Amino acid sequence: MARQIGDVILDLKNISLRFGGVKALSDISFDVREHEIRAIIGPNGAGKSSMLNVINGVYRPQEGEIVFRGEHRHDMNTHTAAASGIARTFQNIALFKGMTVLDNLMAGRNLKMKCNFIQHALWWGKAAREELAHRAKVEEVIDFLEIEHIRKTPVGRLPYGLQKRVELARALAAEPQILLLDEPMAGMNVEEKQDMCRFILDVNDQMGTTIVLIEHDMGVVMDISDRVVVLDYGRKIGDGDPEQVKNNPEVIAAYLGTQH
Amino acid sequence: MAAAPEASMSDASSLDTFPRLLMQHARMRGHCPAMREKDLGIWQTWNWSQVADEVAAMACGLAELGFKRGDRLAIVGDNRPRLYWAMCAAQILGGIPVPLYQDAVAQEMVFVLQDAEIKIAIVEDQEQVDKLLEVRGQCPALQHMLYDDPRGLRHYTQTFLHGLDEVLAMGRIHNKNQPDFIAEEIAKGRTDDVSIMLYTSGTTGKPKGVCQSHRAFITAARGGIEVDRLASDGDILSYLPMAWVGDHLFSYAQALVAGFTVNCPESGETVMIDMREIGPSYYFAPPRVFENLLTQVMIRMEDAGRIKRAMFHYFMAVAKRCGAEILDGKPVGIKDRLLYALGNVLVLGPLRNVLGMSRIRVAYTAGAAIGPDLFRFYRSIGINLKQFYGQTETCAYVCLQPDGGIKFDSVGKPAPQVEVKIADNGEILVKGPMLLNEYYKRPDATAESIDAEGFFHTGDAGFFDAEGHLKIIDRAKDVGKLAGGAMFAPNYIENKLKFFPHIKEAVCFGHDRNMVCAFINIDMGAVGNWAERRGLAYSGYTDLAAKPEVYGLIQECIEQVNAELANDAMVADTQVHRFLILHKELDPDDDELTRTRKVRRSFVAEKYAVLVDALYTGKASQFIETLVRFEDGRTGKVGADLQIRDAKTFAAIERAA
Repeated sequence: MARQIGDVILDLKNISLRFGGVKALSDISFDVREHEIRAIIGPNGAGKSSMLNVINGVYRPQEGEIVFRGEHRHDMNTHTAAASGIARTFQNIALFKGMTVLDNLMAGRNLKMKCNFIQHALWWGKAAREELAHRAKVEEVIDFLEIEHIRKTPVGRLPYGLQKRVELARALAAEPQILLLDEPMAGMNVEEKQDMCRFILDVNDQMGTTIVLIEHDMGVVMDISDRVVVLDYGRKIGDGDPEQVKNNPEVIAAYLGTQH
Repeated sequence: MAAAPEASMSDASSLDTFPRLLMQHARMRGHCPAMREKDLGIWQTWNWSQVADEVAAMACGLAELGFKRGDRLAIVGDNRPRLYWAMCAAQILGGIPVPLYQDAVAQEMVFVLQDAEIKIAIVEDQEQVDKLLEVRGQCPALQHMLYDDPRGLRHYTQTFLHGLDEVLAMGRIHNKNQPDFIAEEIAKGRTDDVSIMLYTSGTTGKPKGVCQSHRAFITAARGGIEVDRLASDGDILSYLPMAWVGDHLFSYAQALVAGFTVNCPESGETVMIDMREIGPSYYFAPPRVFENLLTQVMIRMEDAGRIKRAMFHYFMAVAKRCGAEILDGKPVGIKDRLLYALGNVLVLGPLRNVLGMSRIRVAYTAGAAIGPDLFRFYRSIGINLKQFYGQTETCAYVCLQPDGGIKFDSVGKPAPQVEVKIADNGEILVKGPMLLNEYYKRPDATAESIDAEGFFHTGDAGFFDAEGHLKIIDRAKDVGKLAGGAMFAPNYIENKLKFFPHIKEAVCFGHDRNMVCAFINIDMGAVGNWAERRGLAYSGYTDLAAKPEVYGLIQECIEQVNAELANDAMVADTQVHRFLILHKELDPDDDELTRTRKVRRSFVAEKYAVLVDALYTGKASQFIETLVRFEDGRTGKVGADLQIRDAKTFAAIERAA
């Protein structure tokens, strides 16, 4: 393998998150290394999506520290996260349904656009050149994810599996360093899952993007991830490579129930 | 180089191989577009001199890899410019390109790879590389594999695997060091050298490699260009498999002879979008594509507003009345002419635009029977849709429909330089410069299909009508004879019957009998609708099929077919005299149809022997009970007392001598 897993790029230290009296996350620590595929698993309500929301600043944890590329922060905010190279997809698709795939992807690059509103409205000189450059980048993503045939189709008219792929494309259009995927394969059939796995591996391999993903399909998780962290009721109960996690008695108990 | 263009262009006799044609275009009109491909959302264009450079570099690269005169090069992939160039590169070196169907699974490719003793394979992408790697052990002759698209292949370390870019770079150095190499190699080429090997589909037995010479394909291309007056400023969309003879003729041979532009779509799924963007002037599609397009248009019109819908239907009626005649240049009244012109602006023009057919000068279809309504629809909206006839062994070039003389049920007149005759058993025999040299390593098959006089036996049965148009009726082995000696082609009659929307299946009998009789299956959807509109109550298929009104409807269809058959002296004796409507639908589960829904004639004849007897003994009705198998495996019985009716037949119209 040409891909080299590098140093820790994102380090989460003792994160705790409460909603009133409900403890969503309690004292969770784990790290993500550059270029790796890191999976977060756990039963329903374990706090997986909350964890992603903490990473990209949607939720602010009451306690803990986030270290992203050497910068220490108590919490993230969404804008900083996006601007510093963290992109994500959502469990329930978050695209502009009435816009075409192409427009959605262009919107995915909006943080990279430098010209102001008026320049873009006039679409002259610098703004036009800028848009062409962005379009070229977006076309690379379209080619990469093989969605040429739906370039000009409104997203709302696409089948679910393709919408998921478009959402991945939208996140990739931002050229992220870390990609957070919230159940990218939920509700897909076997063939769509295989395609999605291939795309995730290709993104990781060819673009060197670090990937943090939440997934319920254990086969997929064990197959593609380098390291897995397991949550249960807001606590971390396992962390390590797939083999270790698979044999961890606490994980087995959480998933299959213990033998009495 | 400096020769006057007129002088060199007129010297057509020296342009007798494809590499020479390519170099000629590069010299004479190097700046004209030769090829386009949509890449990253933008159409990239290569002009003829760029193409010539690329092809030369590729040929040099192949030579560096040890590819020599007579070696065979496999080409596997979708229609990509570099794969087309690879064909020409191999031909420069005197090698033989062998395109393979890109959707074949690895095990299906093994046969061709072994049979043709492929030395080098050029493939499109990782998918094809994986397939070939899987079977490489079984193909000892295969020395190198080159790929066009490097995506996903970074970690492949096999030493016999090369990116096309590396090979091209290597070739460019070679070309610089030995600037005369390419010209010398091209000079060695002879017009009778094998230019390509195309494999037959092998539906009957093992596939056979058809060896075609430069002369054969260039003759076929020149003939087609002459008939259709194809010009160098045209555009074709190349999306059908490169291994198919038609694509090789249209996108390679004709493109190199006429010099028009070949456009490669972005991917298989974007063909319709790309077609709208390119607006090809020359187009081929099998009948089912034309049918799908029409269905889409009709469905979308159903959803349109009332005014638009009314306009559409009004002007489509005008077009139906006179559109095809206007296209054929036949006399049409002034009122219809004006209405058609108006409709052209308001409805037909925009419709052609939506279909991506605004600039079409000639569109072709072949491969299956096309329904008269479908054929007329396209012609009436001003698209010059035509049919041709040919097979791999004849460079897909036997008959063409001339402009102004189009009949939907014929394939036209013999093309220039082609001699066609009909054998005593009805089989079509052809002779001409477009015939194959031989089947590769199969002298037995070659001897079997080309007779002593040099005629190729097509295996199809057909006849010439009064105006000299060839009609294909059936595979020769399916054609029988009536007791009276007249030729009986069941498939021909059945196809005519099935063009009616109310008839789903038809089975005709007549071999060694004194007349033709038929079983009919009605189309439940179409006839059911028809019955509902008339307030005709029915409980199910068996009940509906037995209604006297339905019998009346089917009888009309059959009599129409009889009238058509009477127009042709050759088939006038095979009009359908008696028929019955079967009490159950023919079904693959009951072994009456094959899985591809072809009637198993002899099985049906045996199973319903009672009914066949009743047809020929003149009974007015016959009781039958049949065992049927349901989807869940249970069986049941369907019984009915079937009526048998006589259909009106017509006196044959004698052919003018």
